[in-house]
Amino acid sequence: MIQELTSRLKLNFPAQIIPRYSCFRRGSMFILVLGLLVGSLMPLGGASGSPGSGTGQDECKKNNGDEKNGNKTTKKSFPVLSLNYENVRLPFEISLWVLLASLMKLGFHLMPRLSSIVPESCLLIVVGLLVGGLIKLVGKAPPVLESNIFFFYLLPPIILDAGYFLPIRQFTENLGTILMFAVVGTLWNAFFVGGLLYGVCQLEGTNLAGVNLLSCLLFGSVISAVDPVAVLAVFEEIHINELLHILVFGESLLNDAVTVVLYHLFEEFTNAGTITVTDGFLGIVCFLVVSLGGIVVGAIYGILAAFTSRFTSHTRVIEPLFIFVYSYMAYLSAEVFHLSGIMALIACGAVMRPYVEANISHKSHTTIKYFLKMWSSVSDTLIFIFLGVSTVAGPHEWNWIFVVATLVFCLVARVLGVIGLTFVINKFRIVKLTSKDQFIIAYGGLRGAIAFSLVYLLNPKHFPMRNMFLTAIITVIFFTVFVQGMTIRPLVDLLAVKKKQETKRSINEEIHTQFLDHLLTGIEDICGHYGHHHWKDKLNRFNKKYVKKCLIAGERSKEPQLIAFYHKMEMKQAIELVESGGGSKLPSAMPSTVSMQNIQPKKPPQDRALPQLSKAREEEIRKILRTNLQRTRQRLRSYNRHTLIADPFEDGLDEILIKRKKMKELEKKMNNYLTVPAPPADSPSVARARLASDPQAWGLKSVTEIPTIKVELVSPQNPESVKVVDEFSKKGSQPKGSEEEGGLTMRVPSSEKQRKDKTPDEEPQPRFMRCLSDPGPAAEDEDEDEPFLP
Amino acid sequence: MGSFQSLPDDHQYRTLSLKTGFSLEQIAILHNRFKQLSQNEETLRRDDLKTIQDLESNPIRYQIIEAFFDRRNFQKDGVGSVEEIGFEEFLTVMSYFRAPAHHITEEQREEIRRAKLRFLFNMHDTDNDGTITLEEYRHVVEELLSRSGALGRETAKGIADAAMLEVASISVGPMAPDEFYEGITFEHFLKILKGIEIETRMHIRFLNMDTAVFCKQHSV
Repeated sequence: MIQELTSRLKLNFPAQIIPRYSCFRRGSMFILVLGLLVGSLMPLGGASGSPGSGTGQDECKKNNGDEKNGNKTTKKSFPVLSLNYENVRLPFEISLWVLLASLMKLGFHLMPRLSSIVPESCLLIVVGLLVGGLIKLVGKAPPVLESNIFFFYLLPPIILDAGYFLPIRQFTENLGTILMFAVVGTLWNAFFVGGLLYGVCQLEGTNLAGVNLLSCLLFGSVISAVDPVAVLAVFEEIHINELLHILVFGESLLNDAVTVVLYHLFEEFTNAGTITVTDGFLGIVCFLVVSLGGIVVGAIYGILAAFTSRFTSHTRVIEPLFIFVYSYMAYLSAEVFHLSGIMALIACGAVMRPYVEANISHKSHTTIKYFLKMWSSVSDTLIFIFLGVSTVAGPHEWNWIFVVATLVFCLVARVLGVIGLTFVINKFRIVKLTSKDQFIIAYGGLRGAIAFSLVYLLNPKHFPMRNMFLTAIITVIFFTVFVQGMTIRPLVDLLAVKKKQETKRSINEEIHTQFLDHLLTGIEDICGHYGHHHWKDKLNRFNKKYVKKCLIAGERSKEPQLIAFYHKMEMKQAIELVESGGGSKLPSAMPSTVSMQNIQPKKPPQDRALPQLSKAREEEIRKILRTNLQRTRQRLRSYNRHTLIADPFEDGLDEILIKRKKMKELEKKMNNYLTVPAPPADSPSVARARLASDPQAWGLKSVTEIPTIKVELVSPQNPESVKVVDEFSKKGSQPKGSEEEGGLTMRVPSSEKQRKDKTPDEEPQPRFMRCLSDPGPAAEDEDEDEPFLP
Repeated sequence: MGSFQSLPDDHQYRTLSLKTGFSLEQIAILHNRFKQLSQNEETLRRDDLKTIQDLESNPIRYQIIEAFFDRRNFQKDGVGSVEEIGFEEFLTVMSYFRAPAHHITEEQREEIRRAKLRFLFNMHDTDNDGTITLEEYRHVVEELLSRSGALGRETAKGIADAAMLEVASISVGPMAPDEFYEGITFEHFLKILKGIEIETRMHIRFLNMDTAVFCKQHSV
């Protein structure tokens, strides 16, 4: 039956139309693979997580090897095939675990019904439990999530991903609120939970008298920290509005400093035995040192990274490496001094991002984005699976009262803390936090693996109740992730909390955002009141004047933000366009056909200065387009000189015909917009011959003096006007450029590519949009002359 | 704080407070500032505002200064501009930057939003014809980029054109080739800036702080 199933699956996979039950089939396929993997894991005796796992199996293998050798002592023949697993054991097991994690992730997304009810983190923990259970069944010791592995390998990618893509504007706008929640909230939670637990431990009925106050406080401080990994995992799926997201997430990041300080503080106190007031005071100083020190370390490395990226224009390939290595070094350096590594990472990512992005190539940017997402995703998955496995493995000491008390106190502390703090914060906020917001903030306080790892690090000699703590923490983590994680999505829908709006950034909004910034700064100056806009403006000016010059290469250091935004938008559209095949489908969602003509008063267009792009930028845009165009042009050249039939192996013929028809319609519309009548059409054979011989020959088309016309494209975000180029006068001046442009225009029949027609030259020579003014396609039988659309 | 000349002008302050919504302390502080800027005269002129050093580096300082002297911002149907303003007009313009109170109805919020957007609109619509034409919008973008030299000026045109196209597409939709989009009317302006929560973003914290502490006496 299974054979049949697999064979049917194999047949079904390449099919494009997916049958209805395929998700089940795929699910079973993955369960099969999972079974295979786990099966191979088991005899390997434990996994990569802990390097110090059992070697029993290896001895077994060695024995086998010895036996074999023993039998062959008489005649030693050349071993054609030998087995040496020891060498590759560690990397092999690591890879196997990573593979397992990734396949799990893959599997869940193939079962959409399941992943819409249960968040991924829950499913992963369940898988971890299963795997741990299986390993235990076989009799081996399942690996535990070692704290070193967690803190040095699994956590940094997630934090770097968060820090690099942190929305700075919202973060700084809400910084006060975030800090309040992170610092005051965590302190409150820690002391409340710790204190009350101590009270419970002192009660008669329990046999918890051995737990002293310091241990309770330590436990409280560890468990009160909201965990960024868990928050990210759950909040990412519910698409909540940005304010709440940044509040909870920012809190989870910044409370790391508090957790680190409290943890070390209580650990030291436990060793020392006595506490004095100076110790308490030193604790506060320590907090400031840890957090600010972490930020400073991160900022230093961030600036170093930005500075390095200034010089990478010739070695684009290793640009992403610098980003990753500098950030990781920032994290490790902070950890050396017991500073907050998380804050260092965040600071590093946030500081270097604007400068690095201005310096690196577009491909490097994509690489960085995808690598970070990939690593953080794998880390995230591994963490949850290991949590599950550790639950099965870890030494447990279950004490009903302690565990239940912990759970209850944690929840109560969180709720009280949020309500109390919001009451205070709302006095200072303009956009107040409503009770719905408060509920989500309280409910979103998930605990995760950081708490677990911190407790795992505890020394059992000083903390004899460590196992009990572990059990309690795992229970709390499970509760928050499962119960809160699963129910937060329906609750969000039920309470009708505002969701994230997927709006495209429009250029109008950007203009007005900048305008507002300057306006508010001006008003503050008139009031004589040095408010927060004033200082922000001062910082921006300082940034522009000194910092950008150092850290950004070349001309881009002078580029104002509005222009940078504008170019970024164009670039994005160019990429979108190219990726969508440059077909008749316009990239923007606007079905408008508003053109420049519609917004300009009807006067003969005089010489308009072409918006000048810097050479480097243009080069980049061109390069992207060129690589895609080359493919197209090759196809074009392969055409028969009499019939422009597309290569049947590359495209469906029907698609091409449909596209051509659409193109024709579009071109007709475009022709309507021309203010100047197009030059007389060439005869089809002439045009064809020209096309077939050399694409560049398009340039020779304009026999007459073409007056400057401007055709603006339909996409509203496409403001670059296409200008008519007097090809002859430009022929000599830019051989390569015009060929590219020529190729461009030939390929792009409509709006899409016009913006690329920017002259790199000083003289604002307008360019000629051949395909538009070419009325060739007007007649039905001019099919062949239409530029080919892939 | 309540001892700043509140006794003789108390009645006047109260009427102003009712009109603009500022508290009495805030009015007193702003009055101090007004006196400082106008060098203790009754009215304020453009030149007085131009002397503020911090405004020098602001790219849109002229528009901001103009806004204070624009009759449209004083009352609903004002036209044209004046040469000098009194404290009441100063305060009226400042009141556009107050934050909305927390417990207001949806209607009131919408009204505040409209008022603030009207202020912005008036800043752009310099010839007071009720629409922001392409030229005026271009001017806005150019001013914003005025500190970027040649690169700024030329891209400004492209950016302004793009923005205008966007407004046209959003407000009017498909247009035939011979139609002409006159300019951005106030209604269109409202539409395109729907995404920005103006009522909360366009505000200054008029904290009850003594501004005399911060600003230099007569060098501002």
